[in-house]
Order: sequence, then C-alpha cells, then structure tokens
Amino acid sequence: MALNLKNWFNIKERLQRFLEVEYSEDRYHNLRRNMRILMIAMTIIPLVLMALINYHQYQRSLKEEILSPINLLANKTTHSFQFFLKERLSLIKSISYFYTLDDLCDEKTLNHILFTLKKEFVGFVDLGLINGSDGTQICYVGPYSLVGKNYANQDWFQEVTLKGTYISNVFMGYRKFPHIAIAVQRLQQNGQSWILRTTIDTTMFDNLIAAMGLDAESDAFVLNKEGIFQTNSRLYGKVLEQCPFTIPPGGYSTYVVEKQDPNGNDVFLAYAHLTYPDYTLVIVKPHSAVLKAWYALKSDLFFVFLVSSALILIVVFRLTDILVSRIREADQRRELAFRELQHSHKLSSIGRLAAGVAHEVNNPLAIINEKAGLIKDLIKYTPDFDQKEKFLNLLESILQSVRRCKTITHRLLGFAKRMEIEVENLDLNELMKEVLGFLEREALYRNIDITLDLAKDLPRIDSDRGQLQQVFLNILNNAMAAVQDEGRISITTWEKDADTVAISIEDNGCGMSEETCRYIFEPFFTTKKEHGTGLGLSITYGIVQKLGGEIDVASKENQGTKFTVYLPKKSKSKI
Amino acid sequence: MLQLKILLVDDEKEFVTTLAERLELRNMHVEIATDGEMALSMIEADPPQVVVLDVMMPGLSGMEVLVRIKAIDPKIQVILLTGHGATKDGIKGMQLGAFDYLIKPVDIDELIEKLNEAAKNVV
Repeated sequence: MALNLKNWFNIKERLQRFLEVEYSEDRYHNLRRNMRILMIAMTIIPLVLMALINYHQYQRSLKEEILSPINLLANKTTHSFQFFLKERLSLIKSISYFYTLDDLCDEKTLNHILFTLKKEFVGFVDLGLINGSDGTQICYVGPYSLVGKNYANQDWFQEVTLKGTYISNVFMGYRKFPHIAIAVQRLQQNGQSWILRTTIDTTMFDNLIAAMGLDAESDAFVLNKEGIFQTNSRLYGKVLEQCPFTIPPGGYSTYVVEKQDPNGNDVFLAYAHLTYPDYTLVIVKPHSAVLKAWYALKSDLFFVFLVSSALILIVVFRLTDILVSRIREADQRRELAFRELQHSHKLSSIGRLAAGVAHEVNNPLAIINEKAGLIKDLIKYTPDFDQKEKFLNLLESILQSVRRCKTITHRLLGFAKRMEIEVENLDLNELMKEVLGFLEREALYRNIDITLDLAKDLPRIDSDRGQLQQVFLNILNNAMAAVQDEGRISITTWEKDADTVAISIEDNGCGMSEETCRYIFEPFFTTKKEHGTGLGLSITYGIVQKLGGEIDVASKENQGTKFTVYLPKKSKSKI
Repeated sequence: MLQLKILLVDDEKEFVTTLAERLELRNMHVEIATDGEMALSMIEADPPQVVVLDVMMPGLSGMEVLVRIKAIDPKIQVILLTGHGATKDGIKGMQLGAFDYLIKPVDIDELIEKLNEAAKNVV
C-alpha cells in the first residue's frame, strides 16, 4: 500500500513536470500541446484497449454461436444416415432369418418379399439369393436377369463371407443411377451357406441432405473413405468424382475446421464419420455467410470507435483551447496588475523624492530671494553710484532665476501631489481646457479643428484631477491619431442628470469596426501594431471605473468615433 | 500713515532677519521670533497688528500657533507662509481664522499688499 502511494506521488510529480512548461514565447503553445497529448492518451488508449478486447471476445462468442448449429446439424444428419443404412441392413438380416433357403429359392416368395419391401420402405430395387460356397446367383427378382451370374471373384463376396454383412460404396449400377448394395450371409446348421443381397437406390441420400435445409451458399455431401463423392455436391462435383477436400480420418465426434476451397474462398468444413459403413458427412459453409453478422458488428464497432474518437478529439481540442486561453488571460491580467502596481510604486517614490527635494530647496531659495531682495532695496535707497544700474540688473537676473527655481519646485510638488489619489472639487470644463493645452501645438501644426461646446453652468464635481487628466489625454491622443490632418474633434460637456455629468469627445477620423469596438478596452488589444502597448484605453477604463463613472464608445468605420465619459458629481470612488 | 507693527515668525533665522530688514526699509515696525513659544510670549507682551507665520516649524507648528494667537486676541491678523505647493494647509489655516496664505519664496510686493490689506481689517 505504501509502495503504491509512493508510486502515485511519483506519477503526480511527473505529470506536473510534464505540464509545467518553461517561460517562453510559445509557452502556451507547449502547454496546450502537452495537455492535448495527455488527455488524448488518457482517453484514446483505454478506448482502443476496450475496442480490441470487445473485438476479440465478440469474434469468439459469435463464431461459437454460429458454428454450434452447423455442428448440431452435422451430428443429426450423420445419425439419419446411420439409421437409414442400419435399418436396411437389419431388414435384410431379419428376412434371412425368417425364411428358409427353400422359401427364398422360390422366385414367387422372393418377389413377394421385394414387393412388400418396396411398398413399405423406400429405395429397394432388387433382391437376390447367392450360393455362399460358389458365388452363383440362385434366385433373383428385380429389373435385370442375373440368375446364374457368378460373384465368387468379387470383393464384396469375399467380405460378406468373412464378416457376415456388407454395405457397398455408391456405384452406378446397370441403370446409371447411383446405388448401394447390402448383403448378409446366412450359415445353416448343416454347414450350407447362402447370401441375401439387395440393391438400394440412393435418392434417399439426397433427400436426407435436402432435409438439412442449407442456404444457397452452403453445401453438404457424403464421402467414402477414399474421398469419393457418394452424393452429388452442388459446388464441388458429381457423385463418384474425387472430392477436392481431404478429410482427416478417425474420430467419433463432429469436427469443424477452416479451409480454403478450390475457388479460393475461405470456408468452414464440418464433418462427422459414420461408424458403419466408412462414410463421412461433410458440410461446407463459406466464411462470408457465417460471419455476415460478425462483419456487420465489426463495422458497427469501428463506427462507434471512430465517432467516439472524433468526439473526444473535438472535446479535448476545444477544452484545451478554452483552458489555455483562460490561463493566458489570467496571466496577462496578473502581469498587467503587477505592472500597474510597479508603475504606481515607481511614480509614488519619485513623487516622495521630488517632494523632499522641493521642500529642502525651498528654504534656501527663500533666503536667496530675501537676501537679493534686500540688496536690491538697499541699492535703491542709496544715492546713485558707479554701476548702480548694472548692480540692479544683476540682482534682477538673480531674482528671475529664483523665480524659475520656484516654478520648478512648485511643479515638483504638484507632481508629487498627483501621485496620491486625491479627490477634490473641480470644474470639468476647466480641466478639459487644461488637457487641451497639452495638445494645442500638435493640433495647430496639423491644422486640426478642435471645437468646444461646454455647458456654461456645468456643476462642479468631486473627482481626481490628475487621473481625469490622464483619461482625457488618452482619449484625445487616440482621436488625434485617428483623424487626418485638417480633421475635426468636437468636445461637449453637459449635465446628464441630478447625479451625473457627461463629456463626449467625437472625431471624424477613420473609426473602428464593430469587432475592434468590442475589444478596445481589453488590455493588450491594439491596432497600432508596434507603436501601441494596448494599455492606454484599458487604463482609461480602469480609472473611470475607479472614479465611479462609466465610459461608452460608438464608432463607424470611415466616419468617426465618439467616446462618452459619465462621471458622478459626488465621488463614489473607494480610494 | 500709522506705522504697521508686524511680527515675523520663522525658524529660518537668515530668512526672517533679511525679510525684517526689507520690511523696515519700507517703513514698518518689525519684530522677529524664531519659534512658536517665543512668538506667543512676544504677542502676549506686546501684541502686533499682523503676524506672518511659517507653517512648517520645529516644536509648535504654525497651525497650533495660529489657534493660540486667535485665542489670545482674535483681532490679530495672521498671514501664513506655506513651504508646500499644497494649497491644503492654506485653506485649513484660513478655516482656523488666518487672513490669507502665501507660498514661499514670497514676492515682497505681494507680501506688502497682503499686509496692508490685513492691517485694514484691524479695527
């Protein structure tokens, strides 16, 4: 158990290592690839294994299911053949016991027996009595005249003399119909022997085979031990021809083997040996017929496998896309927040430093100012002397420099103050004019017409001056970038309702597509390619939100863009 | 014209002495204090018409001194000198009763103008 747990942890670590990709340009690409490999492997491999196991199991069970009826049929039919032949044999044997030699020598009696046999049983053709010692036909009833014919040199005569009974292979006989012969020997107490022999039409064999009810593609036939057809085969030859299949001899059960027939088709061969005579029943079924269901199942299985694989692939691809893009967004947001924090941190420390410097410089500056002022006063109150004018000029230039320093320290202090977010009561119209001051030069140079439509009695609002300056500067910068030289930008302010004032900045520049419009406030979205960071409008959006306001954009391609900022009169910001 | 009596309060001695001299040149009676305590005791001894008070001082801050001056005699006018660029201190000071505020370094003419205005307020 402990070992298992340890293994599990190892796997976990390895997995983590697999998914932790190095920080680089295609980090997300690699992450997505690794996730896909892992997920596909984890889903497709079990699927493939399941499919393979199912495939083999189905194949096996289906084969059994299909073959067992063939097996059964072969068994049954073999018994029928066996029964048919045994019955005939027993019949002839019985006759040989019921009648005496004298009875049988009488053609009338023999004829009567044959007549009865023909009437009650199928297939009897003739009946003959043969002398057991010399092989001469003593008496015969049937379609031929065979009395006096000698059989002493024939094989069957030898066999029946030896074994007492005999069943022949199928032969054509005199009428060119397939027949078999059955003979029994009777030994009398006085040592005399005689043989009763009958010929049977094998039409019954064909009937037995037809009774199997095989389909058109299958075949069944009987072979003797030399492999000669004893019945007609539909596909492989006529009676008494050599069978193309070799059937292994021996065995008392029914066997099924897979073989290839002379036409090259794969077939199942079911065979069973009769105990007596030495016949073999063979059933031939082509693979395709047997396994039709299996092929259908196989294609179903394959289809299900394909569809589920495709589904898995689609899901995995979609899922990893979504996941990785979420991760990327989260990373970007974190990075942006971090960068903003760093930026504001930097600015605030610069601000503190600036404030400190300005403060320290201010006092000595005040002293210089007063000292120089005093000298100037003293010179003024002194009667004229040599170079008095020059002294006064020099002092004036010292004082002017002091004033310049004063402006610088004041600006530094102002900058420091802007770093701290500070809500004050301000006039939006004034603020807008201040911001425009930054852009005047460029507007003049490019001959851009900036029209102001400012509400005269616009209420003052509580908001952050520095932040709002940045907001409007960003929007105006974008407007300036969008318009051609000699373009137009109009700025309107109005009181929207009791709590809100609004300001709109509209240009007649290139405008944006709906698609672009939807994304402009997203961080890192830019249309300026190398020149933009994609941060300007997202920061703008962030500030307006922070100040409790809203920002709207409306744009039409090649007609212009209109930004509207709504600001609350009373500060709602949580700064 | 009556000579204006002024008290300059600033911890920067060089600054106050020079400024005092310049104001005296303009016919004003100027006294000097370099911290809040000193200023308060001088006011109690001989109240001036206008006090020019630095906000940033060690010890008693300008704001505290302002409150105490107003407690001694609300008629004494106080002009604040703020080193900060911030107008916040100035506005706060005015809420506490200061007459006005100026940002250091000051222009002498501006200071004199404010002093004269303040003096008019002294009944």
